[in-house]
Amino acid sequence: MAKQISVFLENKAGRLSHVTRVLGDSGINIRALSIADTSDFGILRLIVNDPNEAYRILKEAGFTVSETDVIAVQVPDSPGGLATVLEQMAEENINIEYLYAFIGTSEKDALVIFKVEDFEKARETFIKKGIKFIDEHKLYQM
Amino acid sequence: MPYWDKEKECMPREELEKLQLRRLKETVYRVYSFVPTYKEKMDKAGIKPDDIRSLEDINYLPFTTKQDLRDNYPFKLFAVPMSEVVRIQSSSGTTGKPTVGGYTKRDIEVWAEVMARSLVSAGASRNSVVHVSYGYGLFTGGLGAHYGAERIGASVIPASGGNTKRQIMLMQDYGSTHLACTPSYALFMYEVAQEMGIKPSDLKLRAGIFGAEPCSENMRRDIENKLEIDAYDIYGLTEIIGPGVAIECAYKKGLHIAEDHFIAEIIDPESLEVLEEGNQGELVVTTITKEAMPLIRYRTRDLTRLDKNACECGRTHVRMQKILGRSDDMIIIRGVNVFPSMVESVLLNIPGVEPHYLLVVDRQGTLDQLEIQVEVSEKIFSDEIKKLESLGALIKKELESSLGIAVKVRLVEPRSIPRSEGKAQRVIDKRKI
Repeated sequence: MAKQISVFLENKAGRLSHVTRVLGDSGINIRALSIADTSDFGILRLIVNDPNEAYRILKEAGFTVSETDVIAVQVPDSPGGLATVLEQMAEENINIEYLYAFIGTSEKDALVIFKVEDFEKARETFIKKGIKFIDEHKLYQM
Repeated sequence: MPYWDKEKECMPREELEKLQLRRLKETVYRVYSFVPTYKEKMDKAGIKPDDIRSLEDINYLPFTTKQDLRDNYPFKLFAVPMSEVVRIQSSSGTTGKPTVGGYTKRDIEVWAEVMARSLVSAGASRNSVVHVSYGYGLFTGGLGAHYGAERIGASVIPASGGNTKRQIMLMQDYGSTHLACTPSYALFMYEVAQEMGIKPSDLKLRAGIFGAEPCSENMRRDIENKLEIDAYDIYGLTEIIGPGVAIECAYKKGLHIAEDHFIAEIIDPESLEVLEEGNQGELVVTTITKEAMPLIRYRTRDLTRLDKNACECGRTHVRMQKILGRSDDMIIIRGVNVFPSMVESVLLNIPGVEPHYLLVVDRQGTLDQLEIQVEVSEKIFSDEIKKLESLGALIKKELESSLGIAVKVRLVEPRSIPRSEGKAQRVIDKRKI
């Protein structure tokens, strides 16, 4: 379980550099990111070392920002590792909104950030199936 | 029901019309004698001042248009020598030269008087603290509200435009009870106050007098809910006198036109026929007390309708419906008339959508395209593309069913649409650039 920072960005030159510069200047370290885009706008999704501070800074800088609950899942860093996790989730009807990879690793496993439709159900499933996920504070410090 | 001048504001209509006729005759005599343009126009129409025997005879008089103002720029429509003129106001013209308003000492008195009525109609009194955020200077908003507020003995804070954070601090510290500004600036103030952590309950603000740009019923509701005040619509034009030509009363069922100073008609802007009461058309105003620059049947380009039925407030003066739009603001897209106010009404009916929008018209090949930019506030933002896209699709569907033309909706970042402290710019027409 972790806090993701989501930022609304117009599809214009310089917007992404602006948001990353604002974060950089405030000492916020980006740990993972993904961008979902359409022809007009995009949504930048970030895992950072200090989500509360990042939220405050971005809001102050005039961005539309929100905090979203996501889960960082440990996935075996070998062929078929992600497929196995996804199959296990599918068996339990866990709907995934989106996912993206984390830069660091944990216990030699790859890390994947999941946004799921039903957060609690996903958590229970992970515990039941023995899928490892990472505590948020540990994640921010990786 | 408090009035500023009950005798005039609640004058029986028969008596009021007698007064109007007397003043109309005087005005026609004066312009015929002292303003060559009016003499020429009346001669050409075969009308002499003596031909005006009843109020209906106003029909014989030629219209005055924006073009006449341009042709007679700057002072050729003045009916008094410059030695009698004590003030010049002007508003930015869309075609280069400004629109001029000239005032004698008495005109300034009349202006203060109609503004005093307006403020009292909006619930202000000598105990009020009136914060004026209209620009002071050539623009009539600032000085108009200022003189009116002083006339009723209120405490005036002449804040003028700019430095919004400081304005909000002053409103809080000085306990402002009434705010005079444009409706879009009122909403901007709310945003800034929120950023400063100041809630409406931290202010003593009770009412606002909002004018200089059209304000839809939905926008009024938005202002009232956010700022927790009563919002009153005020109407005026620089060339007529400035704000105070018409004001809403507590019942908010139209704006009472100060008929002892102005005669209002509604015409069909195409055929120029005078329309029966209740029909929508272009507002035409004749000033009947102005000395420096009287206007005869001035075509305002503003679209509205009139209602002479008695108002619950007791005022007998005719009411004009909130301005639907200025025909200058109207854009024609593929043959369909679109007013920014129509877009505003649609947007404000969608929960969470802020009234910060811009219409961008462009021509691609031979086809006109209307793009409507809407700011994404935190309330409607989602981290999921599909939710934002379905919001965009909903806005598009609502707009298309209301406007009757295809539009493109672009979601833009907050504050990317410029905020104004005067009149908000709602339309960018790239076809003209």
